[in-house]
Amino acid sequence: MRFLTGSLILIALAAVAPVFVRLEYFYFAGFVVLQFIVLATAWNILGGFAGYVNFGTGAFFAVGAYTAVALYKWVALPLGLQILAGAATAGLLGLGVGLLTLRLRGIFFSIATIAITIILETVVMNWTFVGGAKGLPILRPTEMPLYFTNYTQWLFLVMTVIAVIAVAIARYIQTGWIGRGLRAIRDNEGAAECSGVPTLKLKLAAATVSGALMGAAGAPFAQYLSFIEPASAFSLNYAVNALAMPIIGGTAHWIGPVLGAILLGGVQQIVTVTISSEINVLVVGVMLVVFVVVAPEGILGLWRRYVLKKAGP
Amino acid sequence: MPHVAHPAFLVLGAYATYALVGLGMDPLVAGVVLMPVFFLFGLAVYQFYYMTFERRGTDLGVRGIAFFFGIAFIVQVGLILAFGVDQRMVDASYIGTSIEVFGDVRIPQRMIVAFGVALALTTSLALYLSKTFTGRAIKAVAQDEGALRLMGANPVRIKRWAFGIATGTCALAGALLIIVGPVDPNLDRLYIGRTFCVVVLAGMGSMSGTLVAGLILGVAESLVLASVGTAWAPAVAFGILLAMLGVRPAGLFGR
Repeated sequence: MRFLTGSLILIALAAVAPVFVRLEYFYFAGFVVLQFIVLATAWNILGGFAGYVNFGTGAFFAVGAYTAVALYKWVALPLGLQILAGAATAGLLGLGVGLLTLRLRGIFFSIATIAITIILETVVMNWTFVGGAKGLPILRPTEMPLYFTNYTQWLFLVMTVIAVIAVAIARYIQTGWIGRGLRAIRDNEGAAECSGVPTLKLKLAAATVSGALMGAAGAPFAQYLSFIEPASAFSLNYAVNALAMPIIGGTAHWIGPVLGAILLGGVQQIVTVTISSEINVLVVGVMLVVFVVVAPEGILGLWRRYVLKKAGP
Repeated sequence: MPHVAHPAFLVLGAYATYALVGLGMDPLVAGVVLMPVFFLFGLAVYQFYYMTFERRGTDLGVRGIAFFFGIAFIVQVGLILAFGVDQRMVDASYIGTSIEVFGDVRIPQRMIVAFGVALALTTSLALYLSKTFTGRAIKAVAQDEGALRLMGANPVRIKRWAFGIATGTCALAGALLIIVGPVDPNLDRLYIGRTFCVVVLAGMGSMSGTLVAGLILGVAESLVLASVGTAWAPAVAFGILLAMLGVRPAGLFGR
């Protein structure tokens, strides 16, 4: 109940924000941070709960983005349907990747997800309808939805809704029987299988949901930039960030990726503006390694150890 | 060990060679000179990994992979910051010339040099792994660490040694890489595919298999390059890798 109220308040705040915050950059940066909250939460469903490391966030993100672009260019589909279509395609991709590779354990699954990314990037590079390697400029709809006067502010609200839904799904999975099953898989897959946990089904479900959420995060991407090209849509940065944020925040709880995304996303926005965008990617890598070494349970682990004075799980 | 940073070390080797060539050294000599340096570097990386993960028992699952992924990313971004995103290449007497074999067939000399050195390197590694005590211990540690410990060998020392050798090899392989063609910092993502494609195709731990698998991949890439076009070449290694993982994860020569 508290979660529901909090979510509704957040969405309401994003909806009325244009009345109070006039600064354009706030929405521009806020959109990116929200997008990372979705990606990190989605990654955590498979990576944090089940222990399967996905290096292919960029692939799912770009599949969502390109599905939206293709449908927008073809039949001028409205944004809401674009997002649903992007999520559906990316979810199917997640299911397919899962069927092909979830029998593999550990590192081989991760490598397979990189493989998917490169193959799909190559396909899109050669797909001229959506611009191929050159990219494609996107004209935003000229009519503004509802009472909005600025399309970026509208996208900010849309991304807030997606983020709240993503977190709600992650929370539902974590607290229910699916989460218990996934944790059993992470800790000892063989033992889980023997105790009657339907491991393959659960892993496939997790891969599908995780992929769909990443696709939903990617769908508004082209509208946000008014442009799309493969190198930025498939960027390795999404993979690194989506992995670094939950690990920095803490993978055991749904709030971990959110904390990580706000911290790392915020730091990156500041570094990009004040120093340079190359340093900003270096910051992510260094923070990832430092956290993995010094605070393996992430910020949540530190919180438990020093604030609640309890031993880690 | 989830060592996904290996291709990043390969590209690092290529750039280190590039830096030494800039000082007037032959690329091959530079590669050989760099080998002990990289060997020590590998020992240090493993030692760090051991102290922070394996000894605490937190190496399994997400964090070990994340650690190496982070290292690879730092190497890549570091190279971009140091050398820029442009492609780099080196110059030597055997680069840019070719030998006439018979009739119209000409083979670039740099390819012959790279092929010879690579073959020698692989053969000596294979011999080392199958004939010497340490080499056999390396193979054993992959199969059953507990059994190795019971036989009185220290798996940590063996793994550190193996990691050192693997990283040392990266120096010479990196030199070959930059002899064969231009190198840029983003290359390691492609080489993750190529490396794992060859290893999976060959079957884990099969050294003779890697030669055959490398050959298969090379021919397949060249065929696609010549018939479909350059734009599709990057997908070849990953396509084979995916197909292999889906159909027969044990590889062609795996047990």
